[in-house]
Amino acid sequence: MDRFRMIFQYFQSNSESVMNGICGLLALASVKMYTCLDFSCPCLPQYNRAYGLGIMFVPPVILFLCSLILNRQSLVMLDEWRRPQGHRKKDLAVVRYMFSSIMQRAMVAPVVWIIVTLLDGKCLICAFSGSMDPEKFVGFANITPVQLEQLLAKVPCKDDELMRNNTSHKAVSRYLRCWSQALGWSILLILIVAAFLARWLRPCFNQDTLLQARHWSNYIDIEQKIFEETCCEHSRLFAHKCILHFFESMRQEIKLHSFNLPRQGEGDEGEEDLLQGITDQHQVNKLLKTWYYEKPPLDVS
Amino acid sequence: MDKFRMIFQFFQSNQESFMNGICGIMALASTQMYSAFDFNCPCLPHYNMAYGLGILLVPPFILFLLGFVLNNNISMLAEEWRRPHGQRGKDPAVLRYMFCSMAQRAMIAPVVWVSVTLLDGKCITCAFCTSVPVETLGNASHPLLSQGEIQRVLARIPCKEIYNGQELIANEVAVRYLRCISQALGWCFVLLMTTLAFLVRSLRPCFSQAAFLKSRYWSHYIDIERKLFDETCAEHARSFAKVCIQQFFEGMSTDLVAAHCHQPRKASEDMGEASKKLLGITDQGTMNMALKSWHRCKPPLHLHPPVLPSGNGWAGEGQPPVHPSAPRRETAAYYSLV
Repeated sequence: MDRFRMIFQYFQSNSESVMNGICGLLALASVKMYTCLDFSCPCLPQYNRAYGLGIMFVPPVILFLCSLILNRQSLVMLDEWRRPQGHRKKDLAVVRYMFSSIMQRAMVAPVVWIIVTLLDGKCLICAFSGSMDPEKFVGFANITPVQLEQLLAKVPCKDDELMRNNTSHKAVSRYLRCWSQALGWSILLILIVAAFLARWLRPCFNQDTLLQARHWSNYIDIEQKIFEETCCEHSRLFAHKCILHFFESMRQEIKLHSFNLPRQGEGDEGEEDLLQGITDQHQVNKLLKTWYYEKPPLDVS
Repeated sequence: MDKFRMIFQFFQSNQESFMNGICGIMALASTQMYSAFDFNCPCLPHYNMAYGLGILLVPPFILFLLGFVLNNNISMLAEEWRRPHGQRGKDPAVLRYMFCSMAQRAMIAPVVWVSVTLLDGKCITCAFCTSVPVETLGNASHPLLSQGEIQRVLARIPCKEIYNGQELIANEVAVRYLRCISQALGWCFVLLMTTLAFLVRSLRPCFSQAAFLKSRYWSHYIDIERKLFDETCAEHARSFAKVCIQQFFEGMSTDLVAAHCHQPRKASEDMGEASKKLLGITDQGTMNMALKSWHRCKPPLHLHPPVLPSGNGWAGEGQPPVHPSAPRRETAAYYSLV
């Protein structure tokens, strides 16, 4: 149990693995979103391409922005980039390292969306069925160009009355889907080769600069967290002292106004300390009213 | 130290099982990908073979490279390969061992994909439907069909709903034939891979077992050393940050005392730990200034040595620490006289 707690703490303290986890979750979310999406091609000549390409490119932009928003490190990077120099020199290599690691992680979910879209094929069929060359396929001869355009636009809609008995639309669908899947696999191949080369070749160039940049970017992140924790701890103590002072001043005020002699009970001193001298309904009401109408100043010196 | 030891033991005991787990997950992912993938043969003469063989061979290559990319040891291997000699020699046997073990694990998912694809049969049916022996299986003497036409008709074999060559060759016959060949290839491939794996495992101890044990030990060592170094740096950064922030707050409160000419507060016995933890910041204005200063003027990455208690018992503990350059200045003056 203790070991698991230590491991959990280790993973939490390592912000890189937290970011990898978020990145993986967003990629899974993007696949899930695509499967839940009810793709519905308009099957009209002017709208098909806009709809198809829109579904292919707009959600990736949204996913990219979501990744940037969810990634805490982007704020840390911006802060480091824009801060005044002060007593601490700025190292742009650290900012560049942070930027490239943020970008790499943010690109994963959009790329997953685009690849899943291409491998599925519906978007490309919807977007480009109207641009097919009818001579490649039988069943599109002897019709006017306007009718041809409409017929091609209806290819993605299998349930349309025109398409139900038409076998040539299946040939067009297959052709476009084949190209879409080929494009999807090619993009995936190129990206994986690029990732492989990047991982393999990175230690060959400036490994020591990279180690330094990585260490200091980690340091900046830890420092920001510890600063926030210190401020939280400080504000808790500050508030405690402030409230104690307030109760003390209330007690003194009550003593002054009501001429109550302090009780000399011996066994009750511990509890009396906790009660801070406020011992009846009227005093409590006065204290609460003062707390609302006249909060004490932020000064415990 | 105890924390380090526990984490070290955890990683040492589970490194191999962790990598094996990733490998198993990727194999499962490859079967899942195959069943989720909507295989869609184009049923056109020249496209069929490209599509079929593409689906058979490109995803395994992607999975193989992905196996390397996901393996953290690849950057460790590249680092070890490219590092300067320094005071530690390099052993090429260790590098070879690391590469071989990564490559073996990366091969599993592609092999699973190829096996599943061949056993399923759709790829081979799509790729080789135009090469079906029509003379033996069908009616080769069908009149009025040019070679190109025959190719076009045969290319539609995988697409049952648009197939129009029933007189040439029955669709069912062609599909069964191709699928049978595909499954035979699939089983032979699985048998070959399993035999290879068996031979590699059983014959390895016969050749240079001692050298193998040595390489395996030192490759584990390099991996653990790198992880421990990263953890130590993270611990160090944490401690560095804590001290830096503490000195920042102390510096702020000292500056304010000097600027407002307040008398430094004497440390009285009833102040309590809470007051000390307030780090000398006791009002809103001071806190605001601390926060503003944190953004505008971050402290340098240079920790002052801790303040030593003064021997004369003077109550003014609020003195700033002795600046480290002061003794150096004295030393420099001494040397310049010589």
